[in-house]
This record gives sequence, C-alpha cells and structure tokens, in this order.
Amino acid sequence: MALLDFFKKKSSGSLAKDRLKLVLISDRANCSPEIMESIKNDIIKVISKYMEIDCEGLDIQITQTESDGANGSVPALCANIPILDMKHKKN
Amino acid sequence: MSEVIVITSGKGGVGKTTTTANLGTGLAKLDKKVVMIDTDIGLRNLDVVMGLENRIVYNLVDVVEGNCRIKQALIKDKRYPNLFLLPSAQTRDKTSVSPEQMVKLIDELREEFDYILLDCPAGIEQGFKNAIAAADRALIVTTPEVSPVRDADRIIGLLEANEIHKIDLIVNRLRMDMVKRGDMMSIEDVVEILAIDLIGAVPDDDSIVISTNQGEPLVGDDSLAGQAYMNICRRVMGEKVEMLDLDVKEGFFKKLSKLFK
Repeated sequence: MALLDFFKKKSSGSLAKDRLKLVLISDRANCSPEIMESIKNDIIKVISKYMEIDCEGLDIQITQTESDGANGSVPALCANIPILDMKHKKN
Repeated sequence: MSEVIVITSGKGGVGKTTTTANLGTGLAKLDKKVVMIDTDIGLRNLDVVMGLENRIVYNLVDVVEGNCRIKQALIKDKRYPNLFLLPSAQTRDKTSVSPEQMVKLIDELREEFDYILLDCPAGIEQGFKNAIAAADRALIVTTPEVSPVRDADRIIGLLEANEIHKIDLIVNRLRMDMVKRGDMMSIEDVVEILAIDLIGAVPDDDSIVISTNQGEPLVGDDSLAGQAYMNICRRVMGEKVEMLDLDVKEGFFKKLSKLFK
C-alpha cells in the first residue's frame, strides 16, 4: 500500500501531514505497533470462532472519524476484515 | 510582574537556543529587563550564540551549589543595558541541578526581571524537568517536518501534565518556496496538527547563520527573520501584531515601499 501511495505522487507536504496525524493518534493513545499487532491477533481469534476470514487481507488501523458529539474528530479503530465463508451454518 | 518562559522543543537542532537569544535580545530592545538562563548543563551554547562566551566566570551550577551569589554569575550584555545571561556549566551533567533548586533560583530572579527566559535542552529527561519546573508559560519551537512536530506534540502533553497551560507555537525554518510547491507542511498544517496557539513563524534565512557566526542576534534588523523575531517579542508582551508575509518573492518596488512603512 505504501508503494502505491508512492506512485500516486501525492505532494510530500500533505503526505507528511497525513503520516503525522496517524502517528500522533497512536502516540497520544499510547499505542505501540506491538499492541496493534496483538489487537489484530485477538480480533482474528474472536472472529474466527464465527466465520472464516482472510487473515492476510485483514487490516486494522487507528484513523480519525467525525464523532456524533460536538467534539470534532476522534480517533477510531478501523478494521477491514474480508470474510471468506460463514462457519457452522446450523448443520 | 515577571514572567518565566521556557523555550522548548523536544527534538534537538530546531532552533531553541537561537530563538531564546533573539527573544531575549528583542525584549531587551523593547526596554524590558531580561535574563536568559541556559539550562542545558553539559552542552551549553547560548553563550556562544550571544557572543558572550569569553565573559563566563561562574555558571548555573555554581549558583545552585552556593559557590557564588547569583549577581556574580549573571553576565551583563554590554550592548543592551537590560540584558543578562546566566550561563550553564559545561563540565557537569543534568543531575547537578534539581527542579526544586531551579524554582528557588528563579523565584529570586523574579524580583528583579520582567522576563526570565529558559533555554531548555533537547529531550524529556532531567534537563527538561529542571527547565520547566518554574515556568509560567512555554514557547514550543518546531520546524515543519515530521519528527520535530511529533516530538513537539509529546512535549505539549508533558507540559500540560505539569500544569503549564499557556503554550504557544513558533514554526521555525519555514521555506515558503517549498510550501508553495507542496513539499513542506504549511504553518496552518502544523497549527492544525498540534492544536496550540501560533505566536509566530520564522523563515529559513541565511542571515541567521551569519548572525550566529558573529555572536550577535539579528532580532529587529531588516532581514525577514529579524522582523519575524521582533514580532514574536511584541506578541510575547501581549501586543497584537499582524503575521509577517514570509513570501520572499517580492519586486524591487514592494521592497522599497516596505522601507518607507
């Protein structure tokens, strides 16, 4: 994905801004890449109980999202989990 | 009515010392009585930026340890009657001074000075803690790049945790040509990310290097950086000063008209 971004030729200034926004959210949430990795693994474990998912295609990241309240944008945990098949269809 | 201001950044090399020197000199030019304290024990530099390195007898650690009186350690800048420097020790380390000792020292200085400027070392360890212990407000210096802005954000968090809530931002080494091309974050970008008040922006200016070489702060001269620093000094004092147009691409006539403003 990073490679794709590179070829999209985004101006380096706005790239810097976007990268900073993301890194600061995890800095502020005191969330290291290791923690993100274990969150990811736990999500895989839980979801796998109910459905078959594509572990390779799974992507989680902390992003910003507009909150319903008046306090502007807040960090949110976004998980993109491709489902391959539903398990146990009551057989 | 004195104000204690810490100039800090987290990251090294973004211009804390240069900013301290120029603000100190600028405020003195505006008739305020100012003392600048170099709190970077072991790596002192404010003395050379100010051109006062040959006049050091006693230093911060000497004062704290009681080897001399405060007055003996203060270097009076002969160019400005209101300006003083308390140099740091070069051969000691940050643990030679404690936050409590800094508070005590600065309380004594408050009686005599309008502004006490603390040049903070890089990092978030003991030296940083010493520098912020007695501060009423903070000026964060950053350049428009990823790592210094990230570090600045961390520093802001630490300052707030230490009950320093008046925090203003100085965006240093701005290159308008790069901002225009989209290859550098703009002032607005940095302000948006850090979400603190902007007190000024200083362009990347050759004259800064020259003035540091000479040991003579350029605040108040007609260079763009000199004007920017003087504006920051006025804003520190509470004046409302419009933001300087940092776009250097100006014709001869615009320059001429500026001269007569």
